[in-house]
Amino acid sequence: MTATTKSLRRWGAVHKWTSLICTLFMLLLCITGLPLIFHDEIDDLLHSSVKPAEAPAGTAPADLDHLLANALAQAPGKVPHFLIWDRDEPGTIWVSVGPTIDANPVNNLLIRMDTHTGTYLDSPDVTGRFTYIMLKLHTDMFAGLPGKLFLGLMGILFCVAIISGIVVYAPSMRKLRFGAYRAQRTRVVRWLDVHNLAGILLVAWTLVVGFTGVINTWADLVLKMWQFGQLAEMTAQYKDRPVASKLTSLNAAVEVARHAVPGMTPSFVAFPGTLFSSKSHYAVFLHGDTPLTSRLLKPALIDAEAGTLTDSRDMPWYMSTLYISQPLHFGDYGGMPLKIVWALLDILTIFILVTGVYLWMRRRRAGVSQERAIANAAAIDKPALTS
Amino acid sequence: MVARRSLTQIFAAPLVIAIVSTVGLISALVGDGWWDAVSWAALGLPVLLYLLFICRRRPN
Repeated sequence: MTATTKSLRRWGAVHKWTSLICTLFMLLLCITGLPLIFHDEIDDLLHSSVKPAEAPAGTAPADLDHLLANALAQAPGKVPHFLIWDRDEPGTIWVSVGPTIDANPVNNLLIRMDTHTGTYLDSPDVTGRFTYIMLKLHTDMFAGLPGKLFLGLMGILFCVAIISGIVVYAPSMRKLRFGAYRAQRTRVVRWLDVHNLAGILLVAWTLVVGFTGVINTWADLVLKMWQFGQLAEMTAQYKDRPVASKLTSLNAAVEVARHAVPGMTPSFVAFPGTLFSSKSHYAVFLHGDTPLTSRLLKPALIDAEAGTLTDSRDMPWYMSTLYISQPLHFGDYGGMPLKIVWALLDILTIFILVTGVYLWMRRRRAGVSQERAIANAAAIDKPALTS
Repeated sequence: MVARRSLTQIFAAPLVIAIVSTVGLISALVGDGWWDAVSWAALGLPVLLYLLFICRRRPN
């Protein structure tokens, strides 16, 4: 056996095992991910929501303190965690409220408010929705952080499977033209061609979507890192204070933030004591206006008792990486045509997974080891396999 | 069947497609309008090629 054959067999073994371990979960991710590409459209179709009042361009937004009071009137006994400007629907602001300030925001109630009148629209319970169930299956399989990190690990295996797949693509194509599809041959040959063709065509996309997905599974940890790193640094002088109790005007705080970071638009406000802020600050997160900078958030920390600016800095590289990896995973940054292309690529990925499992089963049944079949492309042409 | 191919021959087309896909992945992040259109075309290319190769009826 030559050194090349030996090395190819090793790559073949890597491709086989990494693929086998992650395939079932990758199938789950591809299938649940497909409707998630269109989650806005599906929600609009399945669920009615109260429309915000028509507001001609240039209408001044409502006073945020007034809006917040109206929202809290709908949720007696609850405290606000976040105030979020809707990215896609400028007429809507969401107020996220929880039972206490340190409660897990995952279980928060979301209240939709009218940006211009400051009045209550509705507070949909999203947890029963089809898209919510798909999202939970896709992100953590209803298993919380361990579920997330587990899927991240599967994503890493998927990336290794792709890279080893590129290596074993070579011996498979020694005697074939690029794009060869032997339509007249038996299913095992045809499906091998489908697997090779779709696999190699999608390499860049599957690697990027796979790896950005892995990064997203680390979001909770990356946020903690920021909290104990840059955020702690920015608010060091406040470290021993209790959670701010008598809060200054929210509207004024947002105005101070706008002034401190000219040219950027508020994206959301984190109230004092939440994950995204210190105990003493309104953290106003602002975004830019190009497709790229609209994803990059910059916090301005406003002392929630004095109403003055404490600090505003660009996010560290790991937060920026997380923010940029989100659109690259979701495919939501190029309008409906990009979403459709994303869905087609997702379907082709399902083909790659299914044909891969089929090839493994056939070779097992035929008694040809996968490593040998991969290392020696001719194995696929042996009569035992073409029956 | 064709004669035994070299690694360069095997990986030339995949490399070009990977580069085009990467351009597509980035361009819609950079801007709107034409930038989006570049992205649709570049990422649509692998799908189109897949259909083309599977549907053509020509012996290899």
